[in-house]
Amino acid sequence: MNKTLNQKAWLFVIPVFILVAFNAVVPLMTVVNYAFQETFGNNVFTWEGTRWFKQILRSERFHAALGRQFLFTGIILFIQIPLGVAIALTMPKKGIGVSICLVLMSMPLLIPWNVVGAMWNIFALPQIGFLGHTLNAMGFDYNFTQQIGDAWFTTVLMDVWHWTSLVVLLSYAGLRSIQPPYYQAAEIDGASRWAVFRHIELPKMKKVLTIAILLRFMDSFMIYTEPFVLTGGGPGNATAFLSIDLVKMALGQFDLGPAAAMSLIYFFIVLLVCWVFYNLMMRNEGQS
Amino acid sequence: MSKITLENLSHSYLNKQNSDSDWALRNIDLDWKDGGAYALLGPSGCGKTTLLNIISGLLNPTKGKILFDGKDITSLSPVERNIAQIFQFPVIYDTMTVYDNLAFPLKNRGMSDGEIDSRVKEIAEMLELTSTLNNRASGLTADGKQKISLGRGLVRANVHVIMFDEPLTVIDPHLKWILRSKLKELHQKINRTMIYVTHDQTEALTFADQVVVMHEGQIVQTGTPVELFEKPKHTFVGHFIGSPGMNIIPCKLNNGIAVIDGIKIETGSLIKKNGFTKTEIGIRPEFVSFSKDGIPVKILKVNNTGRHKIIDTECKSGKIKVLTHSSHDIPSGSAHLTFDKKFTYAYGDSWIIE
Repeated sequence: MNKTLNQKAWLFVIPVFILVAFNAVVPLMTVVNYAFQETFGNNVFTWEGTRWFKQILRSERFHAALGRQFLFTGIILFIQIPLGVAIALTMPKKGIGVSICLVLMSMPLLIPWNVVGAMWNIFALPQIGFLGHTLNAMGFDYNFTQQIGDAWFTTVLMDVWHWTSLVVLLSYAGLRSIQPPYYQAAEIDGASRWAVFRHIELPKMKKVLTIAILLRFMDSFMIYTEPFVLTGGGPGNATAFLSIDLVKMALGQFDLGPAAAMSLIYFFIVLLVCWVFYNLMMRNEGQS
Repeated sequence: MSKITLENLSHSYLNKQNSDSDWALRNIDLDWKDGGAYALLGPSGCGKTTLLNIISGLLNPTKGKILFDGKDITSLSPVERNIAQIFQFPVIYDTMTVYDNLAFPLKNRGMSDGEIDSRVKEIAEMLELTSTLNNRASGLTADGKQKISLGRGLVRANVHVIMFDEPLTVIDPHLKWILRSKLKELHQKINRTMIYVTHDQTEALTFADQVVVMHEGQIVQTGTPVELFEKPKHTFVGHFIGSPGMNIIPCKLNNGIAVIDGIKIETGSLIKKNGFTKTEIGIRPEFVSFSKDGIPVKILKVNNTGRHKIIDTECKSGKIKVLTHSSHDIPSGSAHLTFDKKFTYAYGDSWIIE
């Protein structure tokens, strides 16, 4: 059979190519462009090599923001993953309760992020907010706009409220996919509740939990809108996470070169952590 | 090790039962001797897994009692009953090694490490798992995993009964044979009561001394493989066991004599009862032969299976299959059939008339 050579089909790819180019390739390459050059406007650029990267990597401000970012992500993962699994384990498995729980669990996920920030801002205001007022009435000296600890507490609480549901829903799906004979066999083997969790439920949830941790890592590491609306990065720079700091540098100070370099470093950190984590979790999966 | 008795056991998955079909099990009465090899045989959905889960304690029966050695254990949990059950699909603990999988039921019962070690090694030896004991269980093939499931069932020395719920479903045909003989061999070696659930008659008949045939939630017959073959108590048993199954031909009863197409059929025993809404004659294809007189039939088709010929014929009342040795000559067109009197039974409303 003779095949006729016809490359016209490539034309069909053009719309996708244009779309991807405009929403990903062009902006990213622009950032790369800024990261290696200096500009004073008028489209005049001078080559700077790796200067901005060295500057960012040596900057104490960046170290501090990165530290805050890892601390925040660490805290919320440490709370949300166990809490999400625990809630999924206690959710009903059949009946009307299933739908009620699922709807209740989905609610926080459906609220726009800036609305979440605004809601919690009002909720936590020391004088008039329900949370702030209650805590003060109970004798705690609570003011998230002034005290670093309170600002962190509120930000973490807000993120737990907003995102634990995602872990719950994923874990619940994982739990429901476990076939009844596993539980029956464990019952006959005389396994304790803890052993059932440790040797059946947890291993069977491994894949969904990996996805949950990855999603929560990425989203919390790139968090911007909610703390921006809630605390604006304050008090001082106490809750200025990487993205908030980045926006300050790029749009507040108009340091385009260092901001672009920081963006790329930021991007590579997210990519690297995800890659390492995913490969660690999946290293034994190939055998089975 | 103990005798198992089921007394008037019924189970329904519904809260309210309006008709017979709402019951998954109906009025089961059974007596199983200590150390026997039993099979529960029946098509999918006949209630055999339900019955097994009730014996193991995973399900609570709606009505009736279960006794081990005459002691009522109906309200006890699976752990308290001290039984072992192996499921259709291999259940293994992915995170553990083969050794830890086998040791798990013993550890949960607080046995000492020394005892566990000798017990696990003994079972591993029996199932030929010794060389893989330190491997991760999740890396094994389906039959390797099912061997571990079997091992976890066999590892406890003092269980009352070991139950198998279609354990060879996921195993390749050539390994099925090996594992099945292995089970038979193990039964002889450890002499424990075993109950084997299957829908495959070959599996049931080769494994068990006594086969319990179930149909629509009821036990239709209990007997040795030979009894089930030679004297089915219910047309379902005749039909389900044997390949091809029993011929079931509608007949009339005239003063205790069965008549098919106006021809009198002699049966093994006299028919004393009457008043049935449906009467039939059952005869296995093995016991039908061609002759000069008898029921006139048309020959429809001859299938040669190698050693045997299966001939499809048709009389006025219905179809009759004949099984002969393949060297026999088959008349063509039309012929007459006679039945071996010893193996001809009359059935009233599907149950044997005796």
